[in-house]
Amino acid sequence: MNRQRYTLAILVDNEAGVLSRVVRLFSGKGYNIESLAVGTTDDPAISRITVEVITTQAQVELLSNQLRKLICVHSVKTLKPEQSIRRELVLIKVLADQSERRNEIIQIANIFRASIIDVSKASLTLALIGDESKAEAIQNLLAEFGILELVRTGMVALERGQYTIDEQTKEKGEFDYGKNVL
Amino acid sequence: MKTAAAAGPADTHKGDEHSMQMTGARILLECLREQQVDTVFGYPGGTILNVYDELFNYQDSIRHILTAHEQGACHAADGYARATGKVGVCFATSGPGATNLVTGIATAYLDSSPIVCVTCNVGQPLLGKDSFQEVDITGVTMPITKCNYQVHDVNHLADTVREAFAIARSGRPGPVLIDIVKNVTAETADYEPLDRADHAGYGKLHELMKRWDFKAPEPDMNDIDLLCQMIQASRKPFVICGGGVVRSRADHEFTSFVHRIDAPTAVTVMGAGGIRGRDPLTTGMIGMHGSQASNRAVDNCDLLIAIGCRFSDRVALKPSTFARNAKIVQIDIDRAEINKNVMTDHHIVGDARRVLELLLERLPEQHHEDWKEEVFAFPTETHYDEHPGSLTPGQVLSAIAALCPQDTIVSTDVGQHQMWAIQHFHFDYPGQLLTSGGFGTMGFGLGAAIGAKTGRPDKCVLHVTGDGGFRMNCNELATESYYRLPIITVIFNNGCLGMVRQWQHLIYNEHYSQTTLDRAPDFVKLAEAYDLNGFRASSLEQFEAALRAALASDRGSVIDVVIDIDEMVRPMVGGGSHITDFMVN
Repeated sequence: MNRQRYTLAILVDNEAGVLSRVVRLFSGKGYNIESLAVGTTDDPAISRITVEVITTQAQVELLSNQLRKLICVHSVKTLKPEQSIRRELVLIKVLADQSERRNEIIQIANIFRASIIDVSKASLTLALIGDESKAEAIQNLLAEFGILELVRTGMVALERGQYTIDEQTKEKGEFDYGKNVL
Repeated sequence: MKTAAAAGPADTHKGDEHSMQMTGARILLECLREQQVDTVFGYPGGTILNVYDELFNYQDSIRHILTAHEQGACHAADGYARATGKVGVCFATSGPGATNLVTGIATAYLDSSPIVCVTCNVGQPLLGKDSFQEVDITGVTMPITKCNYQVHDVNHLADTVREAFAIARSGRPGPVLIDIVKNVTAETADYEPLDRADHAGYGKLHELMKRWDFKAPEPDMNDIDLLCQMIQASRKPFVICGGGVVRSRADHEFTSFVHRIDAPTAVTVMGAGGIRGRDPLTTGMIGMHGSQASNRAVDNCDLLIAIGCRFSDRVALKPSTFARNAKIVQIDIDRAEINKNVMTDHHIVGDARRVLELLLERLPEQHHEDWKEEVFAFPTETHYDEHPGSLTPGQVLSAIAALCPQDTIVSTDVGQHQMWAIQHFHFDYPGQLLTSGGFGTMGFGLGAAIGAKTGRPDKCVLHVTGDGGFRMNCNELATESYYRLPIITVIFNNGCLGMVRQWQHLIYNEHYSQTTLDRAPDFVKLAEAYDLNGFRASSLEQFEAALRAALASDRGSVIDVVIDIDEMVRPMVGGGSHITDFMVN
């Protein structure tokens, strides 16, 4: 079976306990969550969870259907890589205690369009938006200066074009038969 | 204004004169009355005291059955639900009271039985402080409930209870847990009575109904037509009757369907009663202990139609070779079951009864004489040897079948006796067999029998168990005795954990590690200690006499049947083996 990275977008009630209900479906099957991002949407009553897991197509369909059984879940969609945009924010604190090093780091930041959001005598903190290849590239370049700390928000993703997660067209491949049954 | 919209037309005719200030405890009981709940199984404790205090005022409308242990209460609610088709309800206090429900909830979850469990938790100021008898029961039961709630605001209580019942009973049924913090049961709020039929129109449930439905999706007509074509093209159709047929009480439609297409049909453990046990088209049970006829038919058929069946590992055994010569069609209400265990060629998501109705509207009569001859060339039942001088399970079960009314409700525990009972009895209607098929819970039977007898006092209720399973929850004999429930318990006492021993015999070189139960109590004396009839039978005559006496008595009875330690369930296919690779014939 062909294992690859899948990005799932899930709309849920913005309530206590909802995240653990969703996440336990992944852990219960022994999946490690590669990336997780949660935040409210334009409707404050609804949050959007973006999860990435490495698995097979058959398993991702089963997972989607089990997610759809949760009362707190409004919609689930697997975002295809070629039809979606994925971004994450990475904050990197780099050792920069000498001015020439500092200049080099600033140059690298400029090339990657990363912004410098904090400066101290001994360090620089960069903020970078991108997908994992961009984050990995800058991480490799900065490694020799000494990365003090690195944090990622987790990937968020949207479909390209006008389509949205709530789109009503039925996709039989995902067994999405419209309305859920209580 | 979301809330105003959600309230809907209610506001136009609901005036203040209808609403009343009442405590959370009373609101809970009023909501149970809205659901026409007349029986609750439970066990009180510190945090649920307010509810029990109020229950005192509801004695005339809500009957509370006090069990010996919360697990028994949960199994009883489950048995009640299975036998009546209604939602079973149980109460428990916080902490150990709540965790004692867990096995019962998981049992109901795996068998899709609709129950609502109400627990109370410590008061809001004590939550999350490891307070006395505090446990995060919503966290604990998350994987084994359809949905669960913790209620922190008395104003949300009625809404939550209404939603919980709606969720428990609709679609694929299942357990729901409501955990109420203690102060909510004492605080007061406006309560407006609402007829059950109107629940979907108001409050949170109304919001939920915008994206969920009570009813299963109407099956896709193209899918139905395709299945009709497949059926008409098939020369060797075979049908599996799963628990979904029983849950949707679709036995008549199912029977008409298999007769219309003239297809032999096997039943799963959960599907027993979905078609009459003596129907000429039934091939008996399928799977690990399935009949020769069933298991070979599924291997040889060219079209397999599984209705309300999730192809559990005890049915499909080896998914990659299951029904290897057939197109597999799965009909299930739960789309998450489609292709979960066995990859199918075609599927229909919908309620079993509705799908069968649509098929019956479209399908012409068919005849498959050659195929039936091929299928029924193999035995549909196991004929067990009889040893002169000792009592065999087959003799006991034949005697039960001969002496008990045909519509007797049978509950079981788990193990050899369970398989023997299902192989021997012919279940005729949904809800006649109460057994833990999915979770395999030893100790389920007595609680379930108490629930069934409470809900169906008109029926004879028989509890078939083994010495191991019975000992697990025999404390419920106190409940049976106190409420004068004339349940007949038949213990297949082989002095061991028979099914585990059977595996040890066949697979583990006869290392009978920790499966011999040569120990107390004397079940006859135990029954007498609980003021029940106790009998021991080691011959057929003794057993028949004991059963006759038990049937004639208005008290509960325990019949301790002494059988040989080496009796086995036959046939048997090893776990993960191909379905016709019988280890034992």
